[in-house]
Amino acid sequence: MSKTIDLDLVRHIGKLSRIALSEQEVGTFAAQLAGILEYFGKLQELDTEGVEPMAHAVQLHNVLADDTPGESLTPEQALANAPDRDGDFFKVPKVIGDSQ
Amino acid sequence: MSETNETIKPVVGLEIHVELATATKMFCRCRNRFGDPPNTHVCPVCIGMPGVLPVMNRQAVEYAMKVGLALHCTVAGFTKWDRKSYYYPDLPKNYQISQYDLPLSADGFLEVPLPDGTTRKIRVRRAHLEEDAGKNIHDKASHTGVDLNRAGVPLLEIVSEPDMNAVEEVLAYARAMQRLVRWLGVSEANMQMGHMRFEPNINLHITRGGRTFKTPICEVKNLNSFRALERTVAYEIQRQHAEWQANPEGYSIDKVGKENRGYDDEAGVTVFQREKEEAHDYRYFPDPDLAPVLVSDEWRGGLAAQIGELPLARRARYMERYALSFKEADALTQDAPTGDLLDTAVTDGADAKRCANLLLGRGAAIANDRGYSIAEVGVTAGQLAELAKMLSGGEVNATAADKIFVKLAETGGSPRQVAEAEGLLAVSDAGQISAWVDQAIAANPKAVEDVRSGGKSQKKAFGFLMGQVMRLSGGAAAPAEVQRLLQQKLGS
Repeated sequence: MSKTIDLDLVRHIGKLSRIALSEQEVGTFAAQLAGILEYFGKLQELDTEGVEPMAHAVQLHNVLADDTPGESLTPEQALANAPDRDGDFFKVPKVIGDSQ
Repeated sequence: MSETNETIKPVVGLEIHVELATATKMFCRCRNRFGDPPNTHVCPVCIGMPGVLPVMNRQAVEYAMKVGLALHCTVAGFTKWDRKSYYYPDLPKNYQISQYDLPLSADGFLEVPLPDGTTRKIRVRRAHLEEDAGKNIHDKASHTGVDLNRAGVPLLEIVSEPDMNAVEEVLAYARAMQRLVRWLGVSEANMQMGHMRFEPNINLHITRGGRTFKTPICEVKNLNSFRALERTVAYEIQRQHAEWQANPEGYSIDKVGKENRGYDDEAGVTVFQREKEEAHDYRYFPDPDLAPVLVSDEWRGGLAAQIGELPLARRARYMERYALSFKEADALTQDAPTGDLLDTAVTDGADAKRCANLLLGRGAAIANDRGYSIAEVGVTAGQLAELAKMLSGGEVNATAADKIFVKLAETGGSPRQVAEAEGLLAVSDAGQISAWVDQAIAANPKAVEDVRSGGKSQKKAFGFLMGQVMRLSGGAAAPAEVQRLLQQKLGS
């Protein structure tokens, strides 16, 4: 692992993850993340020359479903856990445009 | 330095998002349906509840493979799904399932017919599967409403190389892609329903005084009509040129890099969009819930065999075998079912040109009125063949055939029954036509004189008399018989 964990990186990850971190937490997590990376860094010692990268942890492939409609939730069920709603829409703070 | 020595070459690449016409979503069995009440096609998988297990839709994979094959792409033997992380209300899981480094299809091309009749090969870099996001509704000032019916609908993202150099080429490519996906039956590609969305990347290569300047590449997101695409590319070419002229050394790809712009439909302009610096930090990683897909030669080959003849090949065949004009052949190959109608009627023994005339006359008029394809007008190949044969045999004339065609589209039935019921069968009974001819001759002595005298107005006068007979018959007389009897009686 060439990337080292510094405080700025932790702040950046926090921002990307929409997690508000106190300065104290930034320090704690930096140390913890560095420890975890260092531990996994042991894997770097293995010679992986000529080994195919692993795409998945289980040796399954082509798990595919037929294109046949099944049950959906009712809007009532779907919205049951929503913090707020507007009719049958999920209600969120004002945003502009679509994501894509 | 002379302005006239300046050459401007627009360089455009296009990303096209195509919603696939599967019955269900990509990872759950909620219906893939547009226009229903909000949040009626949702389940724990597509609204991002914890602990659920998505299962890939086989039909979506096969549709995507078909497009890849039709685009002459290499369809990968091994493909996998990745998570693209970002936060937005219409993306309930906070990541989008997409394909990052191992797309299903790569390195293909689409042959694009241009308005001048030539074709141009536009290279396709990759085509990968991903899931669509939900829809944000912005009609309230105070908040945004989210409808997740679209969340998880299969989306094929087709990325071209920057091979287009003019507005017309971009439009032609987009239209050719729409025709292709409809042809393959993998998407309705309906613009109003958001089935196709465009993202052009545009910059200019400007040569002046032996130097080449490159303007920053501008990406314009989320265009959902051909008109918006056309206006965006045209506007960007003009805007980038103006910005470059004002600052030839500064407004360059090296100094500015890439810009994101949004399209303002009302003003017809694009506007600069500042992006958060972390916006593109998507932290892709393989989705642990989804198993990779191995594509065997048999699977790939079976789908390739289903593709059959593509639009441009069929158009060429119609011109060669049916002797249709480019325009006629092009109009009849906009979608596969319309061409199939023609092919089946011809196999039934009908004349291709007569069938084409019927389809492109009344057929196209009705289709235009109702906003659908000629095949959807509802006249079957059997009806078309019978009607064309009646025309060829002189049993109905062209005017009557048009009326019959309209009737067939409205109420169905057989062309012969309709012709009989509506009194549209041509009268070829010599006695009846003879009576009409005598009547016309008696009523128009001047025209008769002109024909008999053989002067320069002879032809016109004969045509006039033909018309009079047709009128007397109410359009029902067989024209060949009218002509024969008129000539006989006038001795011309």
